[in-house]
Amino acid sequence: MSALALAWEQFRFERKLFWRNPSAAFFNFLLPLLLLVLIATAFASDDEELEVLIPGVAGMGVLATTFTALAFNLTLLRDEGVLKRVRGTPMPAGAYLAGFIGSAALNAFVQVALVVAIGNLAYGVEWPREPLLLVLFTGLGVVCFAALGVAFSHAIPNEDAAPAYTNAVFLPVIFISGVFYSADDLPRALEVVAEALPLKHLIDGLSEAIVGGSGSAVGAAAVVGAWAIAGLFLAVRYFRWE
Amino acid sequence: MTPAIEVSELRKSYGSLEAVRGLSFEVGRGEVFGLLGPNGAGKTTTVEILEGYRERSAGQVWVLGHDPAVRDRQQQERVGIVLQSCGFYPRVTVREAVEHFAKAYPRPRDPAETIALVGLEEKADTRTKELSGGQRRRLDLALALIGDPELVFLDEPTTGFDPAARRTAWGVVRRLKELGKTVLLTTHYLDEAQALADRVAIVKNGRIVAEGPPDRLGQGSARYRVSYVSDGRRVEHQTDDPTELLHRLTRDALARGERLEGLEVTRPTLEEIYLELTAEAEAI
Repeated sequence: MSALALAWEQFRFERKLFWRNPSAAFFNFLLPLLLLVLIATAFASDDEELEVLIPGVAGMGVLATTFTALAFNLTLLRDEGVLKRVRGTPMPAGAYLAGFIGSAALNAFVQVALVVAIGNLAYGVEWPREPLLLVLFTGLGVVCFAALGVAFSHAIPNEDAAPAYTNAVFLPVIFISGVFYSADDLPRALEVVAEALPLKHLIDGLSEAIVGGSGSAVGAAAVVGAWAIAGLFLAVRYFRWE
Repeated sequence: MTPAIEVSELRKSYGSLEAVRGLSFEVGRGEVFGLLGPNGAGKTTTVEILEGYRERSAGQVWVLGHDPAVRDRQQQERVGIVLQSCGFYPRVTVREAVEHFAKAYPRPRDPAETIALVGLEEKADTRTKELSGGQRRRLDLALALIGDPELVFLDEPTTGFDPAARRTAWGVVRRLKELGKTVLLTTHYLDEAQALADRVAIVKNGRIVAEGPPDRLGQGSARYRVSYVSDGRRVEHQTDDPTELLHRLTRDALARGERLEGLEVTRPTLEEIYLELTAEAEAI
């Protein structure tokens, strides 16, 4: 079987594993959507707030399905010795990781699509103005946060520490990056941090694609792209099978 | 044909700790070779170098004519690995795990037949998490064999097995031998090495202290023990030539008009040789 066919087999296998894990399905899909519906219903009555919330939750979905899920799962697989077992077979490393990461990428795209669909159908937010740009930004976000997730798993000492490590990044980052409210309202110090990190810029890009009008797509893409390159370098440089 | 495994002056250091200090051995094609030794002797380090998991510090290593430090897909296809402790994908059944791993090989064995070979057919649809320790080990074995490898590494394959499961696993290793496979086995269990291995090497502190067929190990030390009871005490002699010794003992006893009560001629078990050799190495 070619490496490509093996990657496809691994991808299908990962899909099966994903749906068998109720807590992964919850944290990846239901929780962001639940937050979207709760916040949209409770607070975001006007269109302006909804136009902040929809791209924000879409960005959070990308972060949860790639960065958090990959850092967590990779730590678990490494700690349990599954990676070491795979390494002892002829499965090419690239094919294995493509299948594994591809599954997370699919989750991210599905999540963004769900958020956009709910925004339109339930809350009357317009369909994305630039669908192609939305796909491109989602793709760029997936590359960036998947790479950072793989890289971050190298820093997590073991399986037991994984939830604490991933949430220690996930929770502060979503609060300062303008997921639930515009990041422009933040205190200056937090804004500086948010500006340096990629999530805010991903959300800006998604916002440009969905809502439009800010003209910030190029700058946002540059920051997310720079983090993607750094993430890829760290992910590859420090990859450990055991 | 080149040997299945050639190891020459292999060394491995972790920082200032020398785990392997100049090991050399060869494993012929179709041979079952046992690496025996206490914990920390360097067995697993050696095997993991041969498997391609670790890089050696010095020395030559050839596995099926290939340097395992250079990862090569075709090489991996010819080798099956049972690691010492190694998890499974979560939430899959035995059958799914075996079928999934089969896909990575060009000519895999039949998954159902492989599951049966290791005696897990009744557990084929059980999720791996619900398996007992021994059953998990048998699944390890099934996953190592699924690619129909020429060479199988078994790192303490029966640790945690009940006696019946051990017999099953031994049967599998014998079957591998019948099929002409080469097996490199590490084990704590001396009876296992004695039962399965054509040759064993006893490793201590990163060095081989003895090597040979299990029943001929310990040459140079006394290989036969002759003992009998005299005046209520057991008297023991050790000899390499029991014929001569027995002749002398029985002749003298007859001359004195005595019987050699409780006469026994025994050969030391591998365990006794092992303990003697590993203790000697420690004294050095």
